[in-house]
Amino acid sequence: MAQTSIILQTKRVNAYFGKVHAIQDVSLEFRSNTVTAMIGPSGCGKSTFIRTLNRMHEEVPGARVEGEVLLDGSNIYQPGVDPVSIRRRIGMVFQKANPFPSLSIFDNVAAGLKLAGFQRRTVLQEVVERSLRQAALWDEVKDKLKAPGTSLSGGQQQRLCIARALAVSPPVLLMDEPTSALDPISTAKIEELVMELKNEVTIVIVTHNMQQAARISDHTAFFLMGEMVECDLTSRIFTKPRDSRTENYITGRFG
Amino acid sequence: MGAQELEQSSLLIPEVKSRKKRRDVHAGDRRFFWTLRAVALLILAVLIAIAVQLFLVSLPAIRHFGVGFVFSTDWNPVRNRFGAAAFVYGTVVSSVLAIAIAFPISLGVALFLNELAPRRLASAVGFLVEMLAAIPSVVYGLWGLFVVAPWLRTVFEPMMIRYFGFIPLFQGPPYGVGMFTAGVVLAIMITPTISAISREIFRAVPLSHREAALALGATRWETIRLGVLNSSRLGILGAVILGLGRALGETMAVTMVIGNRKDIALSLFAPAQTMASLLANEYAEASDDLHLSALATVGFLLFLVSFLINSLARFLVWRVESRQKEGAPR
Repeated sequence: MAQTSIILQTKRVNAYFGKVHAIQDVSLEFRSNTVTAMIGPSGCGKSTFIRTLNRMHEEVPGARVEGEVLLDGSNIYQPGVDPVSIRRRIGMVFQKANPFPSLSIFDNVAAGLKLAGFQRRTVLQEVVERSLRQAALWDEVKDKLKAPGTSLSGGQQQRLCIARALAVSPPVLLMDEPTSALDPISTAKIEELVMELKNEVTIVIVTHNMQQAARISDHTAFFLMGEMVECDLTSRIFTKPRDSRTENYITGRFG
Repeated sequence: MGAQELEQSSLLIPEVKSRKKRRDVHAGDRRFFWTLRAVALLILAVLIAIAVQLFLVSLPAIRHFGVGFVFSTDWNPVRNRFGAAAFVYGTVVSSVLAIAIAFPISLGVALFLNELAPRRLASAVGFLVEMLAAIPSVVYGLWGLFVVAPWLRTVFEPMMIRYFGFIPLFQGPPYGVGMFTAGVVLAIMITPTISAISREIFRAVPLSHREAALALGATRWETIRLGVLNSSRLGILGAVILGLGRALGETMAVTMVIGNRKDIALSLFAPAQTMASLLANEYAEASDDLHLSALATVGFLLFLVSFLINSLARFLVWRVESRQKEGAPR
């Protein structure tokens, strides 16, 4: 595929929970309109790592981050940068679908826009429809936008959360094991969605499903015990990885 | 996946066990089971017995005055005329006043302790707030009478009358003791209840709701509003109603500061009377049968109202907690 510009880049990122050194010196590059998968055994730090990309990691009491994360060339950890403004530009979808339980489908999708100060009903309607279409959910919910978000099925709720994240048009979308709580059909829908969405947004996805990484990602980074072992084109990682630990993992010798 | 399966199977095991136990019981198990059941039923029996007894004693007054009992403000033991409207009014208004004062404070305390305060400070302050509930109500009454009432009479009430005197609620002389003082003292007494339960409700809000708001770029306040308050509205209502239940029935402190006037006055600064304080004041002196019966009717009314209010609150809190634990669609 054609080389595109680097939109997000980490330079020697270290993350800590209190005294526990969870992530060690991770330097990675994410190119525009690609899908990058983070794989590795449970507890290897892949989820912690993507939470450093939108400054969510520091919300955990006692957690801190060292190193640089460059979004469009500027360090999001620079003193004076408001984490709120970063999170508006880097969307996130979690392992378990988490629509706001007291809000309708419409209001869930519009929540981010309202936070950003958009009030006009027509604008909201337009963006909500666009986002729900992007998340391949529009046809299923267009007649019940006022129903509570939690009335949907698990897979639909997860797509609702994707729509909610997309509504503010973030250039980057982080997905933290978005399908691990879903059935195979819902999973397939989300995977399909990810591949379509990369035309508009750069995706970083954590998964402990190696087949999923192989199916949907352009690049794959392998994490082990808080270290990024290697990152390469997905096709290369799964055929001839350079590091023996990667090979052991993808061939199922551990993890 | 593996973890989920494990959880499911460990959920199943106790159920299977208990069913087995019930089928081939040992004699000891059976005795234990019946003893516990008897104890539990005893509590229920006491509740029903109190309700029935109150009703029976109040029957003569109910027959004599009918529904008018609740609407008449005439309470005259000398002439054997009894109407409870002034006390119902006093109970409702003093409790609502207490809620109006205590609700914002309690919510603020709960949010601060749960969402903002560092952990050590939170547990210290939380402990102190909950200790407020352990102070005997007669002590509150004394404090209300000797500290709050004089301050209200000399400082707060004259100020309100001066600047807001055009509102009927704030007219008339500042008595010190009266409806407003009762409301203030009650508010302090129910704050620990409301804030403790609100804290529990906030704690039951899953972290994922907060993260959802944070990840959308919500500020701290927006995260609280969107991720915490939004999910706990019903539970907070339950907490408020539970506080209301406490305020409705509070007797000693109210009796000491409300001024005990058997009349409805529009001004909040005027003395008043509640159902509970009436009972405390008059039970010892009531000798006439109809008087006693009328007092019992007031007691029955109070019992009924408190019971309903508390049931409603428990139901709301229970519904919120069970729904959030499942984390499933409604």
